[in-house]
Amino acid sequence: MLDIISERFRQGFRTGKFPLEEPKLAPRFRGMPEFRGECPSGCKACEQLCPFGACGVREGKMALDLGRCLFCADCQACPEDRINFGNEYRLAVRNRQDLLFSGEEYPLAKPLEPARLKLLGRSLKLRQISAAGCNACEADCNVLGTLVFDLGRFGIQFVASPRHADGILVTGPVSENMRTAVLDTYEAVPGPKVVIVVGACAINGGPFIHSSETNQGLDSLLPVDLYIPGCTPQPYTILDGLLRLLGRREQRG
Amino acid sequence: MMKQNIEPQLMKNGGTVDLSLVESLSYDDFSRCLLTEVETGGRVAAFFGVPGVGKNDDLELFALIARDRHATIAVYRTEVGTSFPSLTTSCPQLHLFEREIAEQYGVRPTDHPWLKPVRFHRVWQGKTDVWGRPLDQHPLPGDMEYYRVEGDGVHEVAVGPVHAGIIEPGHFRFQCYGEKVMHLEISLGYQHRGIEPMLLQGPHSSTMAQMETIAGDTTIGHGLAYCQVIEALSGCEVPARAQSIRAMGLELERLANHVGDIGALAGDVGFLPTASFCGRLRGDYLNLSAALCGSRFGRGLVRPGGVLFDLDATLESAVQTRIDEIESNTLGALNLFFDAPSVLSRLEGCGHVSLSVAEDLGLLGVAAKACGVPRDSRFFHPTGIYRKVFDELITEETGDVWARAHVRYREVIASIDLLRRIGKNLPSGPVKVPVGPLKANTLAVSLVEGWRGEVAHIGITDADGQLRRYKIVDPSFHNWSGLAMALRDEQISDFPLCNKSFSLSYCGYDL
Repeated sequence: MLDIISERFRQGFRTGKFPLEEPKLAPRFRGMPEFRGECPSGCKACEQLCPFGACGVREGKMALDLGRCLFCADCQACPEDRINFGNEYRLAVRNRQDLLFSGEEYPLAKPLEPARLKLLGRSLKLRQISAAGCNACEADCNVLGTLVFDLGRFGIQFVASPRHADGILVTGPVSENMRTAVLDTYEAVPGPKVVIVVGACAINGGPFIHSSETNQGLDSLLPVDLYIPGCTPQPYTILDGLLRLLGRREQRG
Repeated sequence: MMKQNIEPQLMKNGGTVDLSLVESLSYDDFSRCLLTEVETGGRVAAFFGVPGVGKNDDLELFALIARDRHATIAVYRTEVGTSFPSLTTSCPQLHLFEREIAEQYGVRPTDHPWLKPVRFHRVWQGKTDVWGRPLDQHPLPGDMEYYRVEGDGVHEVAVGPVHAGIIEPGHFRFQCYGEKVMHLEISLGYQHRGIEPMLLQGPHSSTMAQMETIAGDTTIGHGLAYCQVIEALSGCEVPARAQSIRAMGLELERLANHVGDIGALAGDVGFLPTASFCGRLRGDYLNLSAALCGSRFGRGLVRPGGVLFDLDATLESAVQTRIDEIESNTLGALNLFFDAPSVLSRLEGCGHVSLSVAEDLGLLGVAAKACGVPRDSRFFHPTGIYRKVFDELITEETGDVWARAHVRYREVIASIDLLRRIGKNLPSGPVKVPVGPLKANTLAVSLVEGWRGEVAHIGITDADGQLRRYKIVDPSFHNWSGLAMALRDEQISDFPLCNKSFSLSYCGYDL
């Protein structure tokens, strides 16, 4: 027993100060893209070059679909090397089209509408469903429960049964073999409920966008309330998104 | 007519063989060779179908037998029609491979004792489904005959596909007598994304991202296995510095997962100090991977020809300093766990797998080592820097949850030491070289010791140097059967503990 107590003191207090303090991320972390310079006129090479169809030209400007983007370290999309991934980790949005980014304002997620916010804003219980996720998004949802993030202090908790949940959080491209299970789980959650998708797979299929065995994400199957992009999203990206949905990050940019 | 003295083509890990040199044996000779190999210490690293080309389109079967003590891999090849005699009763480690071939190509292994679907997808090629499922519809997952025990007091518990925690989906059926589990049947396939067919005519520009997400917790393991196949097929020599950085990535991946798993075991037995410490420490190792390449899971580090990220002097010393800091906290958390009598009484004797079962099933990695079966491709089939630095083969003897936890504990210590030695002796030079076109009509094999065990990738090219078949074997493919055996005669309430002690991948199995 004394060993346990002394080890506890040695390990120290490790819960982070987020959201009062911004997290320190690895300098090589790839977050919000930044575009360098202008697109050469007529060049639409990126529409073909990105293997996941994340990149295109709209009204003469490069547009990156963060819902499809895997934030690849060796981004193949732009032959002019215009795409650079910055260190901004806040990426969650409320609508699918908000993920189309062309270098201008990026509409970070607004809180739930008043009716659901009143019910869920201070206590949100989520049923996580992995639907052909590779266990990386799952792991970085799980990590939110560790003492570093301590999700419980925000009133958010992952629960064992959909009957106990206020919503579902889905990862993975939704394989054909998981489609029914996902829909059944959604049905089992009492309303009003929320649907959150985490990671490129769950948004639009991710690396498996062209697979005939997946449904290219959850978007075509259920109404989604929160999109958290990335492959894999940083845990702080997920946490920031959840807090925004509950109106807990509004004043902070 | 049986041939005498068949000499198979032998390959090294990361090597290739010209397909025309691999003799196509009669099925009788092929099966005799396989059984002899396994009797004399070989193990089945992979066994898979390849659709034939040219004059007849019969299915070809390839078997790759790892001769661990000789550091070689023997390749055998045969052709089959619409069925072939199953070898599973003589060689149980083939059981899933044969079922997989049946599901993918509609070819029946006759007299297979446990012929059930593996992943519940439509047949890839062929005109029949072995289970008579309609060819124009996607099969229903979990739709198969389950093993059933009947009698007074016998009951069945069905769990999944959606589980209680944040965990991948799978279906488990327990046949129980009271609290006691007589048999556990595991039916997976829910995570199936169809990765292998997407690789045909590749590699494609999307391939690397798919390889890194075969099992996202083994991004480096699978990514590296793939890169070694491509490098072998293109004859590319990876610079020494890149090989060292790859090993650092692989060991960091092992550390993060092992520390996380011991923490999860601590959580399962209600020993919260270690559960809390390890939950955080796992993140520290993931963040070290992020320091290397920007991704906590190592996405983007390994690429054909080398690595995308180099370490400058500042990062080199920062990594070393960070390892020193985390090491003492890690050992503190783990020692507390293994010194607590209440913990040991829960772990010891629970979920026992015998050495002979482990050998018969071809278990790999942590699950095998815990039963006293020496399996580690860093030791037996080393590539890159492991040729020089790896000399520590860790095994335990008791085959229980404790042994699987303790193998991890000892591997954590060994990996920290490896990381330090590799990091302090980084060779100078470039970290990436260009990769040329792939050799035509060639087979390449790559074995990487991921944190769960050996990840095997095999690539076969066609006459144009494009991938004609790509086979992926995650260690979980072998090891799920080990979990089923571990549950025999255990209490059903010990399932979470046993399951965590194996910590297997669903998506790595489902592909």
